[in-house]
Amino acid sequence: MIALAFWLFATLTVASAVMVISARNTVHSVLFLIFCFFNAAGLFVLLGAEFLAMILVVVYVGAVAVLFLFVVMMLDIDFTELRQGFLRYLPVGIVVGVVLCVEIVFVFKTWILNPDMATVAAAVTPPLDQISNTQALGSLIYTHYVYAFQASGLILLVAMIGAIMLTHRARVGVRKQTISTQVARKREDAVTVVKVPTGEGI
Amino acid sequence: MANLLNNYLLPLIIIVLEILAIVVPLLVAVAYLTYFERKVLAAAQLRKGPNVVGPFGLLQPLADGLKLMMKETVIPSGANRVVFIAAPILTFTLSLIAWAVIPIQAGVVLADINVGILYLFAISSLGVYGIIMAGWSSNSKYAFLGALRSAAQMVSYEVSMGFVIVTVLLCAGSLNLSAIVNSQAGSYGLLNWYWLPLLPMFVVFFISVLAETNRSPFDLPEGESELVAGFFVEYSAMTFALFFLGEYGNMILMSAMTSILFLGGWLSPLPFAPFTWIPGFVWLFAKIAFVLFCFLWVRATFPRFRYDQLMRLGWKVFLPLSLGWLVLTAGVLTAIRTWSGTGG
Repeated sequence: MIALAFWLFATLTVASAVMVISARNTVHSVLFLIFCFFNAAGLFVLLGAEFLAMILVVVYVGAVAVLFLFVVMMLDIDFTELRQGFLRYLPVGIVVGVVLCVEIVFVFKTWILNPDMATVAAAVTPPLDQISNTQALGSLIYTHYVYAFQASGLILLVAMIGAIMLTHRARVGVRKQTISTQVARKREDAVTVVKVPTGEGI
Repeated sequence: MANLLNNYLLPLIIIVLEILAIVVPLLVAVAYLTYFERKVLAAAQLRKGPNVVGPFGLLQPLADGLKLMMKETVIPSGANRVVFIAAPILTFTLSLIAWAVIPIQAGVVLADINVGILYLFAISSLGVYGIIMAGWSSNSKYAFLGALRSAAQMVSYEVSMGFVIVTVLLCAGSLNLSAIVNSQAGSYGLLNWYWLPLLPMFVVFFISVLAETNRSPFDLPEGESELVAGFFVEYSAMTFALFFLGEYGNMILMSAMTSILFLGGWLSPLPFAPFTWIPGFVWLFAKIAFVLFCFLWVRATFPRFRYDQLMRLGWKVFLPLSLGWLVLTAGVLTAIRTWSGTGG
């Protein structure tokens, strides 16, 4: 049963990944990307990493891909224009691709794992047959590697502030609703009752 | 052959039967939720509501369903056909598959997985795709605007909902839904449930759920006064019915989630003899019905939010509040653990 599920998820992951780069419509490509994430989550479940599977769906499918789809739908892409430069840039693209491929092969050929890795690590991997992988991940990330985790959080914060700084523009002359002043307004500030004598006006 | 039968066919048949045992009552519940909604709204507006078809109008949902099935499915010529058809199917499927992890009674659950609450959260965060796909593939500006609004709204309120769920998880110490319900059991009955110690989070969660299911007062995606009918303006007959069923199914699902996280799931409100004899699923259904009534009550009471106010409430009020309460809860739990020394 597990083997059947594995082949199903694996085939669909690869097939939808191919469709991501070959679909003509960009929105279709994003939808295939989402389907690909979904099947990858299925593979995680088969590996027993159910926490990672759910987080993959919540974060990537539920939030990141929504914003991605949002942007792609808003863009007005002219497909004929996009395809015009295809043949002209094809040789350059092939050269870059081959160079990258060769580099990756070199990196993997010379990759040696540190033989003392088990002793250098700050914490051993918790025994997965005794605790759930949510607890295992929690104790690794938030107890043993908490400083590395905080540092990566700060880096992401800096990136976010940078993105906001680049796109934010302070506009003048915009009348914004300030809820606090509206709530703080009292009856005496707004209404005055005037006794008007009949036939005289104010 | 016997091997194949025992290993594959028999479990498959059992699983299908279990799924049907959940889906069929759910669909009946969805049908009668529409009846319940019309009756409650009618009572709020001093009208009678449906009362012609069948005794007390009880056959009205069936008549409506039959009407929707008999109508013609119109697909706009400019629409992206595959995505257009897939969107309602996706919405409807998502509202059904989430029920796999809902514990109906102690030990009665289709899939008792370790990360049940994360699964629910993941499925509810996928709900936005049905709406976006519908809005985009309709090739209509009203549908598209409705879809864009809805995507922004659902993503915004998901953030604070996530923090509320994490707060509950901290108190329960588990991601399993049955364990969350069991951790709320105690000798004080309904005063032990999480709605009381986490009262502000309960309120934030309920309001976020209204926004997440696009219910009034946050029903901007379908705001009929400016967008005709929002994202499903081009849908008709069965495709529309699937959206409708999916939306109401989601309402029931979110009510079940609220009942399990904050109202003690299948636990009896008064933990002594005559009340504990009543089976747990009756209590769960009563709680779901109560939360659903609150949904309808809100709809009958409040006008629709303006879009910028909706965003302000989500990002500037709920997000800091839930984040602050999360830190506070974690601090209090650590303090209790340190002082009592029990390690609980």
